Amino acid sequence: MASAGQIEKPGPTLMGSAAIGWLPTIAIILAAVIIQITIRPMLGDFYAKVLLDIGVNIVLAVSLTMVNGFTGQFSMGHAAFMAVGGYTAATVMYYGSFRLFGEASMAGGVLSSMMSDREGPVPYFTRGDLLFLASTLFGGLVAAGCGYLVGLPSLRLRGDYLAIVTLGFGEIVRVLIQALTTDALYDADEIAATPVYQFPKYIGGALGFSGLPFYNSLFWSLGLAGLTILTAYRIKSSTFGRAFLSIREDEIAAEAMGVNTTRYKVRAFVIAAFFAGMAGALFAHTSGVQLNAGELGFLKSFDIIIMVVLGGLGSISGAAFAAIILTILPELLRQPAFLVHGWIVAVPLIAGGIALRMLAARRRADTSIPKLLIGFGVAVALLAIAAAIARSRDIDLGRYRMIFYALALIVIMIARPQGLLSVREIWERGLWRGLGNWVRSLRRETGEARP
Amino acid sequence: MNEPGRPESPGEGADSHETRHGGRPARVFTGPGVPDPGLFSRVAPLLPHLVASARYHLPPVLELFLQTLLNGLAVGSLYALIALGYTMVYGILKFINFAHSDVFVLGAWVSYEVTRIAGWGGPDHPAPWWAGILVLIIAMFTCAIVGFTIERGAYKPLRRAPRLNVLITAIGVSLLLQNLGQLDFIFGTRPQGMPTLLPDRVLAEIGGHPAVVGPDGVVIANEVAPVLVRLVDVVGSATALLLMFVLDRLVFKTKMGRAMRAVSYNPGTAALMGIPVDRIISITFVIGATLAAAAGFLYSQKYSGLNQPAAPVWVLLGLKAFVAAVVGGIGNIRGAMLGGILIGLLEFFGATYIGPELKDVYVFGLLILVLLFRPGGILGSAAVEKV
Repeated sequence: MASAGQIEKPGPTLMGSAAIGWLPTIAIILAAVIIQITIRPMLGDFYAKVLLDIGVNIVLAVSLTMVNGFTGQFSMGHAAFMAVGGYTAATVMYYGSFRLFGEASMAGGVLSSMMSDREGPVPYFTRGDLLFLASTLFGGLVAAGCGYLVGLPSLRLRGDYLAIVTLGFGEIVRVLIQALTTDALYDADEIAATPVYQFPKYIGGALGFSGLPFYNSLFWSLGLAGLTILTAYRIKSSTFGRAFLSIREDEIAAEAMGVNTTRYKVRAFVIAAFFAGMAGALFAHTSGVQLNAGELGFLKSFDIIIMVVLGGLGSISGAAFAAIILTILPELLRQPAFLVHGWIVAVPLIAGGIALRMLAARRRADTSIPKLLIGFGVAVALLAIAAAIARSRDIDLGRYRMIFYALALIVIMIARPQGLLSVREIWERGLWRGLGNWVRSLRRETGEARP
Repeated sequence: MNEPGRPESPGEGADSHETRHGGRPARVFTGPGVPDPGLFSRVAPLLPHLVASARYHLPPVLELFLQTLLNGLAVGSLYALIALGYTMVYGILKFINFAHSDVFVLGAWVSYEVTRIAGWGGPDHPAPWWAGILVLIIAMFTCAIVGFTIERGAYKPLRRAPRLNVLITAIGVSLLLQNLGQLDFIFGTRPQGMPTLLPDRVLAEIGGHPAVVGPDGVVIANEVAPVLVRLVDVVGSATALLLMFVLDRLVFKTKMGRAMRAVSYNPGTAALMGIPVDRIISITFVIGATLAAAAGFLYSQKYSGLNQPAAPVWVLLGLKAFVAAVVGGIGNIRGAMLGGILIGLLEFFGATYIGPELKDVYVFGLLILVLLFRPGGILGSAAVEKV
């Protein structure tokens, strides 16, 4: 709510803010390069894979935040854009590699490799990487085009209708890919003989598109995640983004103030679809993943929605944070021996929360922050108890994670309707100021200690 | 199509009819206003002849059409039952109750569990005639309780919250129900086969003929399977129609129905008029859940293979029912019935005449078309947003 009402500090326009500096963009790319080159060899394969998934999930969650969070529209077909982008990029990449390099095996350099031991001197950036970059961008563009096609007619609809149309669109995409396409071509001669326009027919059908090269790496995944967050933040702090937020706050009022609501809604949709398409392209080229439209149905869309909602509708850092937590949590739940030690976190949280709560109650200060501490502590404690039970009975907690998510979704919507962070960002001063005010209010009520 | 290879059989039908009813004297109504009873008793023995003779005069094109129509109607009435729950909740609370399809799944699975515990099904343990009714009532009762709990626990605290929050909560409830249902001590993750509690009898066979073989052993015409009018379908559709009729009366002819319509029109004013809004909303949820349970039971009778509770098939079924509610005009009870039948017919006609693999595309395509050209639905009226 705060960002929509801040009239006194208008941000620069979209073009202006993009022109302000290429520095953050360059910094993000450099950071991704450094992570790929220095940190990747230090991590084990398992941790590197988790980090890779985190990157892709951040892109998905932050891009959906632009639609569901900023603009207040409820899209439930985000995975469909992912599927469109993924399949487009995979088609370009797979058949492009065959046509250009004669085979579809991995031809990338250091930046594209998730393999920790490769023989001989490996170049940093190869033509394979260039093709991957191009196909990822192309996948994003095609997904954005789809976003436009879906958005233009359906965004005249409100709220839940839009939700159901996007859901329907997602299903249509899934069914079309599964029903209308056939197995991929595997023979180089056959591929050479097939005309280019026929390639989209051979993308795997119901069995999935297999044989794709694994280009996705920490460089691509974290780099794209960083760029997505940067773009989202710049949009949010620009006039352009304020139009989004105004639609979310009150569509009729926004229209009365001269915002072309339909156009802005379509724009939000197109931008989000672009990033989701690129995330899909990276996802398609991840090792251990087989691109299958059946897995990119509404359940995947729900996963992304859960991330956005838990993070707070409209908070970029919140969505990113939730994406990180929800990627790690299933892995954590498979390690009950580790989770049992949650007591170490939970006990001080609950004890401190209760102490602060009593203090605040005595001094008639706001009790929401202690409540938050207690709530978090109780959640960790419950998790630890569940882990203890799971360990003693030899149950795989990972299987029950959806029950936790569902309960968390319901409880958060009832207890904290604006999501964990609402529209605020973690680094926004309001949060700290609020904390400072609260501490000051604690002091003020004593009335004797402070002069 | 009077092929030579087939034995003449109309007489058989008539004979069996005679023996079944022959011993009992025909009851004659002599009250005022009852038409001449002689007419029916004279026509009745001819009916089997009519049905049997239809067998020889049905071109295959028509036969395919008829079969599709029957299937479409049978499934459409189930969609309509589920759609009613969606449309009633939408009419009153203005949000999509995503958990509704899971209540439907619950109905189907409770039916299965009751049947399994009772040990019915199979050739050794045939179900008594009242088994279906009992299972239906238990399923409806269970779902009513669950529906009530959902409304009180998850949706009531959000009465004043934005609609988006309620929608997200509904998704949460839906995920919760699905995943609870998957637990080993509830329904488990394996699909199960549901025994039929209704006697699976063929009421009528229409059309169809065996392969026609010429004198020199050459097949002149392939065998055509007859259109089967199955008891399961008839009872299912009849139950669905009966429940819809009862609901229609309830909503449009009783005091409670008027209260429901008042709350749907304007909850604030309804409360000022002394209507207990919360109780009415709970009742609406319970009725919706009950209808979904009935649909679940009937579905389990029609399709014996029950998928595991979280299978995407269920969600898709629920979504199609929701589409039916939107197509008919959401918030409109008769619209939901019409939409359900329409969606069922569309699905089956599309599958038969265009191609089965794109079954879902037709339904969602229709949804998008309806929303574009008539957003209020067929029977609904477009709402104007007021400031």
